[in-house]
Amino acid sequence: MHELDVTSGRNMHLIDPHLTIWGWEIPVYLFLGGLVAGILFFSAFYFLRGKADEMPATVRLAPLFAPVLLGLGLLALFLDLEYKRHVFRFYTNIRLESPMSWGSWTLAVIFPLSVIWAALHLERVFPQWRWPWPWLAGLVRFVKEQARVVAWLLIVYAALLGMYTGILLSAFNARPFWNSAILGPLFLVSGLSTGLALNLLLSRNEKEKHTLARLDVTAISVELFLIIHLFMGFLASTQVHIDAARLFLGGPYTAAFWVFVVGLGLLLPAAIELLELRGKILATRIPALLVLLGGLLLRFIVVEAGQVSQWSLALTK
Amino acid sequence: MATKLTRRDFIKIGGLGLGAVAAGGGVLNALVDAKRHEVPAAPALTGFTDGPVSLTPTVCEICFWQCAGWVHTVNGQPWKITGNPADPNCNGRLCPRGTGGLGAYLDEDRLRTPLLRTEVRGKQTFREVSWEEAFAYIADKMKKIAAEHGPECVALFTHGSGGAYFKHLLRAYGSDSVAAPSYAQCRGPREEAYMLTFGDEVGSPERTDIQNTRCLVLIGSHLGENMHNTQVQEFADAVANGATVITVDPRFSVAASKSKYWLPIRPATDTALLLAWIHVIIAEKLYDQEYVEKYTVGFEELKAAVQHNTPEWAHPITTIEPGVIRATAREMARHRPATIVHPGRHVTWYGDDTQRVRAGAILNALLGSWGRRGGFYFPNKAEVPAYPHPPYPKPRRTWRDAFPDKYPMANLALANGVCEATIPSATRNCNFKGWIVYGTNLMITLPEPQKTIAAIQNLDLLVAIDLMPAEITGWADVVLPECSYLERYDDLRLLPGRVPAIALRAPAFAPRFNSKPAWWMAKELARHLGLEAYFPWQDFEEYLEARLRPLGTSLAEMKKKGVLVLEDQRHPLYLDEGAPHTFDTPSGKIELASALLAEMGFDAVPKYEPHEEPPAGYYRLLYGRAPTHTFGRTTNNPILTETMIENEVWINPTVAKLNGIRNGEYVVLVNQDGARSNKIKAKVTERIRHDCVYLVHGFGHTDKRMRRTYLRGADDTGLITRVKIDPLMGGTGMRGNFVTFESVSS
Amino acid sequence: MPRYGMVIDTKRCVGCADCVVACKTENNVPDGFCRDWIVQDVRGAFPNLQMEIRSERCNHCENAPCVRCCPTGASYIEDGGIVLVNHDECTGCKACIASCPYDARFVHPEGYVDKCTFCIHRVQQGLDPACVAVCPTKCMHFGDLDDPNSEVSKLLASRPHHALLPEAGTQPKVFYLN
Ligand SMILES: Nc1nc2c(c(=O)[nH]1)N[C@H]1C(S)=C(S)[C@@H](COP(=O)(O)OP(=O)(O)OC[C@H]3O[C@@H](n4cnc5c(=O)[nH]c(N)nc54)[C@H](O)[C@@H]3O)O[C@H]1N2
Ligand SMILES: Nc1nc2c(c(=O)[nH]1)N[C@H]1C(S)=C(S)[C@@H](COP(=O)(O)OP(=O)(O)OC[C@H]3O[C@@H](n4cnc5c(=O)[nH]c(N)nc54)[C@H](O)[C@@H]3O)O[C@H]1N2
Ligand code: SF4
Ligand code: SF4
Ligand code: SF4
Ligand code: SF4
Ligand code: SF4
Ligand SMILES: [Mo]
Repeated sequence: MHELDVTSGRNMHLIDPHLTIWGWEIPVYLFLGGLVAGILFFSAFYFLRGKADEMPATVRLAPLFAPVLLGLGLLALFLDLEYKRHVFRFYTNIRLESPMSWGSWTLAVIFPLSVIWAALHLERVFPQWRWPWPWLAGLVRFVKEQARVVAWLLIVYAALLGMYTGILLSAFNARPFWNSAILGPLFLVSGLSTGLALNLLLSRNEKEKHTLARLDVTAISVELFLIIHLFMGFLASTQVHIDAARLFLGGPYTAAFWVFVVGLGLLLPAAIELLELRGKILATRIPALLVLLGGLLLRFIVVEAGQVSQWSLALTK
Repeated sequence: MATKLTRRDFIKIGGLGLGAVAAGGGVLNALVDAKRHEVPAAPALTGFTDGPVSLTPTVCEICFWQCAGWVHTVNGQPWKITGNPADPNCNGRLCPRGTGGLGAYLDEDRLRTPLLRTEVRGKQTFREVSWEEAFAYIADKMKKIAAEHGPECVALFTHGSGGAYFKHLLRAYGSDSVAAPSYAQCRGPREEAYMLTFGDEVGSPERTDIQNTRCLVLIGSHLGENMHNTQVQEFADAVANGATVITVDPRFSVAASKSKYWLPIRPATDTALLLAWIHVIIAEKLYDQEYVEKYTVGFEELKAAVQHNTPEWAHPITTIEPGVIRATAREMARHRPATIVHPGRHVTWYGDDTQRVRAGAILNALLGSWGRRGGFYFPNKAEVPAYPHPPYPKPRRTWRDAFPDKYPMANLALANGVCEATIPSATRNCNFKGWIVYGTNLMITLPEPQKTIAAIQNLDLLVAIDLMPAEITGWADVVLPECSYLERYDDLRLLPGRVPAIALRAPAFAPRFNSKPAWWMAKELARHLGLEAYFPWQDFEEYLEARLRPLGTSLAEMKKKGVLVLEDQRHPLYLDEGAPHTFDTPSGKIELASALLAEMGFDAVPKYEPHEEPPAGYYRLLYGRAPTHTFGRTTNNPILTETMIENEVWINPTVAKLNGIRNGEYVVLVNQDGARSNKIKAKVTERIRHDCVYLVHGFGHTDKRMRRTYLRGADDTGLITRVKIDPLMGGTGMRGNFVTFESVSS
Repeated sequence: MPRYGMVIDTKRCVGCADCVVACKTENNVPDGFCRDWIVQDVRGAFPNLQMEIRSERCNHCENAPCVRCCPTGASYIEDGGIVLVNHDECTGCKACIASCPYDARFVHPEGYVDKCTFCIHRVQQGLDPACVAVCPTKCMHFGDLDDPNSEVSKLLASRPHHALLPEAGTQPKVFYLN
């Protein structure tokens, strides 16, 4: 028998009996961040590969959504702050040790980049588009000449953004379920795959769709591989990590995770896409939608489970 | 007789029993709320700031240990209270309740202004009145009672410093029926047992020399949960110094967790264990022979009486292994005389309490620990001349006359006795008609609440002087709001202890709302009764100056020091070895066997009488203390409720399993007479026996006006519908009640 | 520069929570929150039981993840190794809360994150923290862990002790004497 009681009435808002510091805002932000990372990465990548015309949705159309989606993500991030008046404090200090710090600086760079990148593609997507002021048109023309530089920057920062949304959590050793080096890559790949999914939704071009689907299937299989390693890692680690894994292996998150995230969010869309590629069935938007939903749910569950799994379980709770 | 009627609909309103109080509370609540907006902005805790800090000396009133402290304020706003390092009764450290004492001042639910029971269109309710009107009403009623029945028929219930002024007033008025729940519901049996044995009481603070003891035996006494400050401080020292602690408790108390021996005794069988210990110590000649020779009488009688009380005899009764009984007895003897068999404090358990405690006293005598270092010391107490006043009239009858041939050993009025004597009866020539209730919440303090209510039904006058809208105030005709101890002067603190010392309580704040100090109330009421001669002083500062002058100090000095140790009044703490000593008993010696008791028809040497065991499916109801609360008086304290908002019922895992109760779920307790408790959280724990349950006293309040604590947890008193009265002194044994569980829904 | 730490004697501690109440008034900790709390740690089965009672709070970790992960520098290590939060720089992002294995931090109703300060305002005046000063059983000790002659160092040298969650790698500076 082991009885552990806090006998001084401790029951703190957001802290007890387990953390509830992060509600819907953070998962939504992490999702949008990953999604935008995916969009911008592939857009810049195929742009540099000179595939702009073969993959119009990926290179030109999707980026138009990036600033909006990222803006929404930033809004969610802001809404989560407890001391909103002090939001500017993120930018009065650079703290390399803090993922959240370089995350906020990454955002400070990639958000304007995403706007610029969108601007560059505006005229191609809407031919009749005219910039209100000549100086702006001039500016855009100037940047257009540097498009390759912008693209390279995008590749770097999109990767950073994608990684960071995962590393942000894995930096918190105090929460056993987040305490895994796999979380970073997992969120990166998941971000890429959601990006591909959005492209799929936007694409009208069969060839492009085909490429995207092929990429997505690979991304998904990498994700599955990472997820398996995530749990194997936990089970091979200390008791608290094993307890954390148990949350998903028989614990409260088992169904939600394996059925919805893995089943409906990964396996099913992958299967459908494979069949589509083989021409067994004709392509629909379903797999893309499933992937997007799966990606969102993955982040909700991971953020929640991390807050439930705790070291102090071993202590007081 | 309007009041009588109104009390009747009181009952009607809330259905039967205590529930009624809630209803009355509701009406009052609305009334008080209506006035809320008129009240000045509430003071708030400042916390540490750079502001100018000022200090006011106080004496804590959150319990009756009376630690001296300093109230820290910043620009008049409350910051904190700390112990006064000069006070030998706290050594500069308060207990959690005293540290949270500011909550008593801050509580927004406090009584705000005098209330008078009235009838508004046939509906009983209260009216806010001026102090003048309140006093006039009370004086009028008291004169009427004096004329019709005699002043002896007004009784005072008191627990707390302000009670002294009302006691004085009542004596002047002509009654000496002054009852305190700290006697017949608490220490009474202990004091009488020690009187009978050593010719002196244990007193409060206890004269136990714990800091120097080598072996401490705790029977019940849950030190660490029972937070009587310096006693706990000394307990910690004793533990740290490696003293052997032997704890006898059906529950793995905090003290038990610090003990070398924990004896999880079957409840209600302690006398058997004590007799077995005495047996072993005599049989193995482990007692202090010289001490017994020189100072005691009745050894042979004792020896004969306990002959058959072997550990083997006690084992099936107590469930304690004979080996353990012998080992612990030897341990006690090894360390004698620095061994303390703690006399306990709340000892009104089973109705044979004086005899049980006496068995412990006898054990202490055999171990020679009375008057010895590490045992019991002879306390010092500051001698301060009283403020002169005219002699009191001699009452024609006293509370004793209510019980002609009962409770011969009782030296103080019995709170429950006064209750009983309020209910008219042919045989009784003294029936109480008026109660003045100061600082005691009789509804949750006296067992058998149904009797308390019945008694109240027969009163012509019930005055309640309280800080909070406690349940008792809901039953009063007149409610007088006292200001908290932080807003008033009180009489000098004069306590027994190792060193004679006095302490001052001065107001740190002006009284909030329309509340007043008790000394002022008593003086004003005296004026209305034509007894002003008994309160000759103008105000309390004058009174205090007069008392301090003979000590060569002044109010000004005491405000700077808070505490004054009177070295010149000091006398030795221990018997000087071998020297003859006369004890204040009939024989002048320590009485191992009491001829006096024999004479009165009681056992000269305690005997074990078995007590009723819980019926199948029922569990003995045990109760005790939580470190951050004092009874029901702190359960609405905004600071202290932060650490404990409700009580829990301790249930052994096997019992929980049997009754399908999960840890943390709410259950309802129902006792043998069908009395039901409020819902209470289950604490399923290995820390308690399977034949009893345990909860902390003072919760489950039913008066809505105490918003923080209203219906939080369960009230043990409501489940104590039976008591076993101690035939020697009338104490109310309260642990003979048994409960079973009901799910909250049913 | 001293390296402050706390040593708590679980043999003396009775779990009275005076340290919790004293902290509340000393620092005006808002309702519903606390900077320290009491844990009763019971092992065994009736009647063979042991209980350790602990007064817990921020451990002012040598290797403080809360400071490392703070994006603004609001969480920092003050001279003497006291881990503090600068309210002005705090955004309420709660990263530090997520990173504390002891759940010693909370969001103050004002918005910033708050926690035990080791009563630095008292320590700077040469006083013990409020909880240490109030403890009726004198079971708490505060001082310089680097000074071999300090009470805390002597206690740690002379008696077996443990800290909380050493495996979390935070190197706590609050120690419990067994
Ligand atoms: N924090 C705090 N401290 C207080 C008070 C308070 O209100 N709050 N009140 C003060 C006052 S006035 C008093 S009188 C004291 C009361 O405090 P104590 O004198 O210590 O009261 P007890 O009833 O001896 O202690 C209750 C313990 O007795 C155990 N017990 C119950 N039945 C039995 C039994 O049959 N045999 C044995 N051996 N043990 C049993 C219970 O499990 C519990 O652990 O506390 C004082 N100290
Ligand atoms: N069931 C059960 N009954 C018990 C006990 C038990 O453990 N269980 N314990 C028994 C023991 S040991 C004792 S000593 C008694 C204690 O009995 P009480 O002393 O009656 O217990 P409290 O609940 O503290 O009631 C104190 C009342 O005084 C009020 N008060 C507080 N401060 C002040 C003040 O400054 N001025 C005035 N005028 N009023 C004030 C409070 O609001 C409260 O209404 O109870 C006994 N009865
Ligand atoms: S023991 Fe605690 S509550 Fe009682 S007087 Fe002392 S400080 Fe106040
Ligand atoms: S004040 Fe001291 S004894 Fe009481 S709980 Fe805190 S540390 Fe333990
Ligand atoms: S206990 Fe928590 S808050 Fe305190 S220093 Fe360590 S990690 Fe930071
Ligand atoms: S909440 Fe404040 S202190 Fe904590 S990490 Fe964020 S900014 Fe730093
Ligand atoms: S050190 Fe100060 S802030 Fe920290 S718990 Fe103790 S009293 Fe509270
Ligand atoms: Mo008592």
